[in-house]
Amino acid sequence: MNTVLKIAIPVGLGIAVIAAWQWAVTALAISPIVLPGPDAIARAFVSDFANLSAALWTTLRITIVAFVLAVVGGVALAVLFSQSRIIETALFPYAVILQVTPVVAIAPIVTIWVGYDNINAVLLILAWIVAFFPILANTTLGLRSADHNLIDLFRLYGASRWQILWKLRFPSALPYLLSAMKVSGGLALIGVVVAEFAAGTGTATGLAWLITLATRNLHMATAFAALVLLSILGIVIFFVLSALEWALLHRWHESAIARER
Amino acid sequence: MPALLTLSAISKTFANGTVALGPMDLSIQEGEFVSLVGPSGCGKSTALRLIAGLIAPTGGTVQFPQGRPETGFVFQEPTLMPWADALANAMRLKGVAASEAEDRAAAALKRVGLSDFLHAYPRALSGGMKMRVSIARALAAGPKLLLMDEPFAALDEFTRQALNDDLLALWAEDKLTVTFVTHSVFESAYLSTRVVMVTPRPGRIAAVIDQHPPVPRDASFRLTPEFSAYAGHISNALKQAMEGAH
Repeated sequence: MNTVLKIAIPVGLGIAVIAAWQWAVTALAISPIVLPGPDAIARAFVSDFANLSAALWTTLRITIVAFVLAVVGGVALAVLFSQSRIIETALFPYAVILQVTPVVAIAPIVTIWVGYDNINAVLLILAWIVAFFPILANTTLGLRSADHNLIDLFRLYGASRWQILWKLRFPSALPYLLSAMKVSGGLALIGVVVAEFAAGTGTATGLAWLITLATRNLHMATAFAALVLLSILGIVIFFVLSALEWALLHRWHESAIARER
Repeated sequence: MPALLTLSAISKTFANGTVALGPMDLSIQEGEFVSLVGPSGCGKSTALRLIAGLIAPTGGTVQFPQGRPETGFVFQEPTLMPWADALANAMRLKGVAASEAEDRAAAALKRVGLSDFLHAYPRALSGGMKMRVSIARALAAGPKLLLMDEPFAALDEFTRQALNDDLLALWAEDKLTVTFVTHSVFESAYLSTRVVMVTPRPGRIAAVIDQHPPVPRDASFRLTPEFSAYAGHISNALKQAMEGAH
């Protein structure tokens, strides 16, 4: 399939669905409280622009910070695990416990501890908990997946532990890390949104709170506009991280190599 | 003249109880090309790893009367870093400044005929070329002792013979001492000054065959009665080693 069709087909489908939606809302006279039409959502973007962009910025900011901290924390812990089996044995079960406990269940507790007046810190912590585990698990696996014969060679040629880590284990782990980052980027966003709903308070000012507020007041068009922004944000995060993956791997990694058929 | 390395009653039993090797006594002189020949899984690779110091013997000792020589190691697989180009793969890590390491790596790659491929990534290279990078990496270390673990086993016959000749040229030029593991009778007959026959697990020395092939030699040596005689000897010794094990 050529590139034009690859873009044209899904875009065409999208336009068709929006057109059908618009037609259905008008023709069947569906109440805007139940389902606003695309035109109403577009108008909400304009009329609520200030609220939407402020909420978007809040959600985006916390997502990015949580994601960056998840990558830093996950990689740091993975490096520690790769250097010491004892530390890994001691800590890994707790990392799993943190991961498998639903974030919605932890949210109220964290909110009480950190405080309603520090709600952004609460969101940050909860999003971090959700986002960091894939980074930790995959990077740990990647650091361990370095070719054992290469490790032997590095040792034979007098490489230090640090050189083996930096020049051998880390590049071996890079495809694993980048793959985990694509998962974690999305999870960080989900974490922020879920945490905002779970915290359930007006001191949180992100897109999720905007949706809560808009639906309570039956401003469905605004709620849909916020939802559209969340989707776009998730897509942008995914594409940025995919581009990063391509930039770092395309010269050598099998996953990024196009083959003639 | 003292030996370059001496294995005394060396043995290796792995943690799972497998007796891989030994006891084995073997002394290798400077400048020798010694092939360890035996069926797969006879502990030849274990012997090589013991010499390299990558694993510790269960019993016996590995001694280097003249001190541990600079050692190069070549595996059966090219074992290259896929994220690094040929030059970076052949660069040494320690002992020399980065610029010098790069010069040496480039020189080593030139010697194995890859001067046009310094910045090629492994995925762009053929199996034979990857093995050449692997050999260049070993050469860049400036080794006195070169340990090779079935390095050409995965290559096609043409590439294998070309690399055999190149290896002999490097051995003669650098006055290397080579310890070469193979299960190919013909390869060992062509390359070696001494063939050490190893029995199936646990690996013990079944026979030692001294050879005096002409230096330098080329592919025509494979057509001589002398070569046939070497191959015949090795083949017989291999057969006896296998029968002795049963």
